[in-house]
Amino acid sequence: MPLLLDIFAQALNGLSYGVLLFLLSVGLTLIFGMLDVVNLAHGSFYMLGAYAGLTLIAATNNFWLALAAAPLAVGVIGVVIERSCLRPLYRRGPLDQVLLTFGLIYLFEDLVKWIYGGKIRSIPPPDLFSASVTIWGSTVPSYRLFVIAFGLVMALALWLLIERTRLGAIIRAGVFDSEMAAGMGINIDRVFTGVFAFGAALAGLSGVIAGPIQSAQPPMGATILVPALIVVVVGGLGSLKGSLAGSLIIGQAETFGKAWLPGASMLIIYVVMAAIVLLRPQGLFGRPLK
Amino acid sequence: MITRIAAAAVLIAALAAFPLFFGNYPVKLLQEILIWGIFAMSLDLLMGYAGMVSFGHSAFFGVGGYVAALALLKSPGLVSALLLPAAAGALAALVIGFFSIRVSGVYFIMLTLAFSQMFYAVTFQAAWLGAEDGIVGVPRPAELGMALGRPLGFHLYLVGVVALAALALWRIVRSPFGHVLRGIHENETRMEAVGYAVNRYKLLAFVIAGTVAAVAGSLYTQQVGSITPDAFLWTTSGEALLMVIIGGTGTLSGSVLGAAAFILLQSLVSSYTERWMLILGLTFVLLVLFAPGGIVGALRGRVGIRS
Repeated sequence: MPLLLDIFAQALNGLSYGVLLFLLSVGLTLIFGMLDVVNLAHGSFYMLGAYAGLTLIAATNNFWLALAAAPLAVGVIGVVIERSCLRPLYRRGPLDQVLLTFGLIYLFEDLVKWIYGGKIRSIPPPDLFSASVTIWGSTVPSYRLFVIAFGLVMALALWLLIERTRLGAIIRAGVFDSEMAAGMGINIDRVFTGVFAFGAALAGLSGVIAGPIQSAQPPMGATILVPALIVVVVGGLGSLKGSLAGSLIIGQAETFGKAWLPGASMLIIYVVMAAIVLLRPQGLFGRPLK
Repeated sequence: MITRIAAAAVLIAALAAFPLFFGNYPVKLLQEILIWGIFAMSLDLLMGYAGMVSFGHSAFFGVGGYVAALALLKSPGLVSALLLPAAAGALAALVIGFFSIRVSGVYFIMLTLAFSQMFYAVTFQAAWLGAEDGIVGVPRPAELGMALGRPLGFHLYLVGVVALAALALWRIVRSPFGHVLRGIHENETRMEAVGYAVNRYKLLAFVIAGTVAAVAGSLYTQQVGSITPDAFLWTTSGEALLMVIIGGTGTLSGSVLGAAAFILLQSLVSSYTERWMLILGLTFVLLVLFAPGGIVGALRGRVGIRS
């Protein structure tokens, strides 16, 4: 019985981490699928979201307001970055994008360190979810349950948006073949900006949500980038379903690894990714490679 | 050709004589530039010539560094300082390359990244390798009558090794083998159709690059006297990648210029302000937007033409 309880508790932890990864990787995978840009600065949006949330909570003492407004702020930053920096690069090779987005990581990280200092800061959970609840004898912070529920609702909403609306159809068309979509009379420039900003906002949202669990510090953006990239590759580039499946798998793999194989915990997610790339290069839900 | 040889000889002599005219700190910076220079050059062999953009080149830098540290602590000679690290780097590159060259593009990037991070994970958690503190107190090689142990002797040895490595890479990219690599970069399918065993060429390029990177890592350990898991971290690969791009891909000499620009900028700016990351980041962004083609591209006056 204790074993089952342990599994249950770890699975919940893994699920909440997986949900965070999902919100982060959705944007990354859509941006990659549509704009053909590996946005290394995507983790920076996550960090910016956490700090924007921190500021808003300090100013208003209202977690929910921060949860709504911080992603908007990060989305605006996304618009600016896409319009000013990325737009001139679409016709150039991927290396320029690597250099640029790597530069943005440095820039944002140092900017935040300048403004907020380098210390670890934590976002208090909202009053409503500050307590813990007991499920099957194990104590779980209720905030984690909120994160899981919120993430799953967001996943459903995103799925409806992308699979069931006209806007979603445009985005899917853009991911499939942006030139053709432009040829069909879609203003692809505006869609590119929109998708980039939307992805950035989701990463910012993920940063606010992560605040009470993981706390905020400037290098968090660079740290979270690698797991997010792994999720994208495991799930399949440009696939929403893949991003969800990949997040849940990597979330569980990392959490169970930490609990049960502490000596090799950091190794596991890389082994999972290497195996997927070698056995099924297109990822779980990606389109077959040409 | 003769002017080139003369220019190379003058350059090497100048690098070797550097400590006679400058103090400790500039010499340390120069050594750093040379080490990172051949590390970036080896990556450029992959990226700029064979068209294989790797985000896991730190794997070989770290393997070289760790093997050198372990071997030098046992017996501080040139076998420990160069031969063993190079062999270990080649072996690691053979294994990683065997798997990685099956895929290309983003998948190659991610697979090489995964392998290098596996090394990071293992060294970070392995007590016998000092875990996250790494291996410290590594002696410099003491062959040739202890001369290498002294600062000037070590400097000459370092310049010599770096010059040999650079020369080897320079020869390789101009050999028929190098031309095949460029052909693969241009059009892999055609090279395959013409009858080249493309994968074997790619693997060999990967092993050569890994070997040189391991030598760079070994020199790094010897210069600093220690090695930590951070050598394997993806940011180490990323920085080498930046140096290659800043210098201009597919130029070899550009990689050294990129390394110099990166290291000098970092040390110069950080001596004036704490905000060096901000300035470095801003520089990259401006460089991409206004000087595509890197330093060598700009020097050749080819701004606007992509490499």
